[in-house]
Amino acid sequence: MWDYAPDRHCDPVIELTELTKRYGEKTAVDHLTVTVRAGTVTGFLGPNGSGKSTTLRMILGLNAPTSGTVTIDGKRFADRPRGLRHVGALLDAQDIHGGRSAVAHLKSLAVSNRIPPRRVGEVLEEVGLAEAGRKRIGGFSLGMKQRLGIAAALLGDPPVLLFDEPLNGLDPEGVRWVRETFQRLAKEGRTVFVSSHLMSEMENTAERLVVIGRGRLIADESLREFARRGSRTTVLVHTPEADALSVLLAAEGAEVEPAGDGGLSVAGLPAARIGELAWRDNIMLAELATQNASLEKAFMELTADAVEYAAGEAR
Amino acid sequence: MSSMITTDSQSPVHTRVPTEHKPRFQDLCRMELIKVASLRSTWLVLIVAALATVFINLNGVHSDLQYLDRDLAHPFKARPDGQEMHFVYDPLFRSLSRISVQLMMLGSAAIGALTMFGEFSTGQIRTTFAAVPRRDGVVAAKVVVLCAITTVLGLIVSLISFLGGQAMLASRHVGLPITDHDAQIAIAAYTLVVPVCALVGMLFGAVIRNATASIVSVVAFLFLVPAFFGGDKYHWVVRLRHLFPGDAEETLTFWHGPDRDPGKWPAGHTHAWLVYAGWAVLSIAAALFVVKKRDA
Ligand SMILES: Nc1ncnc2c1ncn2[C@@H]1O[C@H](COP(=O)(O)OP(=O)(O)O)[C@@H](O)[C@H]1O
Ligand SMILES: [Mg+2]
Repeated sequence: MWDYAPDRHCDPVIELTELTKRYGEKTAVDHLTVTVRAGTVTGFLGPNGSGKSTTLRMILGLNAPTSGTVTIDGKRFADRPRGLRHVGALLDAQDIHGGRSAVAHLKSLAVSNRIPPRRVGEVLEEVGLAEAGRKRIGGFSLGMKQRLGIAAALLGDPPVLLFDEPLNGLDPEGVRWVRETFQRLAKEGRTVFVSSHLMSEMENTAERLVVIGRGRLIADESLREFARRGSRTTVLVHTPEADALSVLLAAEGAEVEPAGDGGLSVAGLPAARIGELAWRDNIMLAELATQNASLEKAFMELTADAVEYAAGEAR
Repeated sequence: MSSMITTDSQSPVHTRVPTEHKPRFQDLCRMELIKVASLRSTWLVLIVAALATVFINLNGVHSDLQYLDRDLAHPFKARPDGQEMHFVYDPLFRSLSRISVQLMMLGSAAIGALTMFGEFSTGQIRTTFAAVPRRDGVVAAKVVVLCAITTVLGLIVSLISFLGGQAMLASRHVGLPITDHDAQIAIAAYTLVVPVCALVGMLFGAVIRNATASIVSVVAFLFLVPAFFGGDKYHWVVRLRHLFPGDAEETLTFWHGPDRDPGKWPAGHTHAWLVYAGWAVLSIAAALFVVKKRDA
């Protein structure tokens, strides 16, 4: 802890106004207007290639917007002489020189912002890397690098925190720890903006969601409001005679899709009606279960048109 | 370590932030120094280059000694054209030799390039700029630290090479004292070519951002390109050659002894110093420009 100015307050809000970034022909971020407020964890959700990382880099002034503006606490971040006491960021855990030790890395950052060197030990302790501090970063696992990136973000005790896909590479214990850390930081009154391409990662982390697809804003609302959008209920059916049942249900106007492990995901017909039809045609059902609308589904439906790289979830 | 909050559900949350200490340039220099000091490869390159340079120079003078006694005993030789040649020993040629200064130039150019590509190719630069958003400060600190380290190293290497070499020559009375005008200029030039090449390397690293490509290009620029301007058939070719740092170093370390031929159209000292200064200024300005303009 160091000197606090009793009269210097800030409103750690991130304001994006018509923010746009083009790479040649490609529009990575398209007229994005969003306000990210303090006190809650805001999830920044979008399929791969939807422009999340580009947006975060523009917030930090690393990439120059093609048009539009973005400010933090009313000021362009790039105009600040020093950043760590204003914003802590973990963009990519790999954005680090592997040849140094964690301590040397953090010390170089602390020194540049006149942060007392003892903070280095404190944040390493906080993220659970106290033991590995003297080791070369090059030998760290991805999870350890994520922790180190979070340590760097916390160095300046900043009111605004940005994280790009911070759960990648973390073990379940790490994921739990990160979630709790984010929620604690938000409760302390900070602005916490966390990106992910997986709804499941945000479900237990964020209270608000900013959803984008192909660089455009799709939703900006609370998690609860967002969940209501996933209106379509589906029924999961397992049967040895999947083909026959598919034809039968399709004839009744249902949308049938394979649901992995041989099951069928049926939309447009209630479970009771499906059971009735199967019974009529002597098709045995091994499982018949109604799936309530999930956040994941709401996310998938909303971004279906905007998915850039449809196959697989790998980044 | 928490920021205190004064919050009620209606108004936006206001967070009290730590006092902003006045930003100081020296902090950025300390950051860069820690970065350089914590990379073993940097020290390895610099120390190997320095040791090799000193070794080549001292060994060169040492192996001269055996011939020196014979030549000094019979300083006059008849040339095939009948003219008489007077043997004069060049006390600078071996003790501040070309080949070894090229080693120093190579090492420092590589280190200079590394300060940039080491950050850009790893993505470290984004972490750096998130901590220090104003990029010119970062570049300026890199310049200061790079120049300080390479100048000190260059000076140590020059002094050891010069003093060691001249000490060996002292008993034969052909050495130069450090008070000699040519000697002082040569030492200064031998020293300062090191930071100049470091800055040129830094520019290549900032523009190219990739390890191998920046090293190959800066080596080509410093050593290969000047080779295309060899010979003294055309004045304009010689003029172009005089624009390279290596050539300026050669001009400045030239010993103006009796019977010494500086070649056709030699460059003057002022010109050579301006070449040093020009590359330094150009490299800094261009590195600042590209680092500020391009996305990190
Ligand atoms: N430096 C760049 N040059 C060209 N295209 C880029 C660059 N960075 C990102 N893109 C493109 O912009 C789009 C958004 O990328 P990104 O912001 O990384 O998305 P996300 O983080 O949401 O996966 C992608 O189509 C990507 O290919
Ligand atoms: Mg991304």
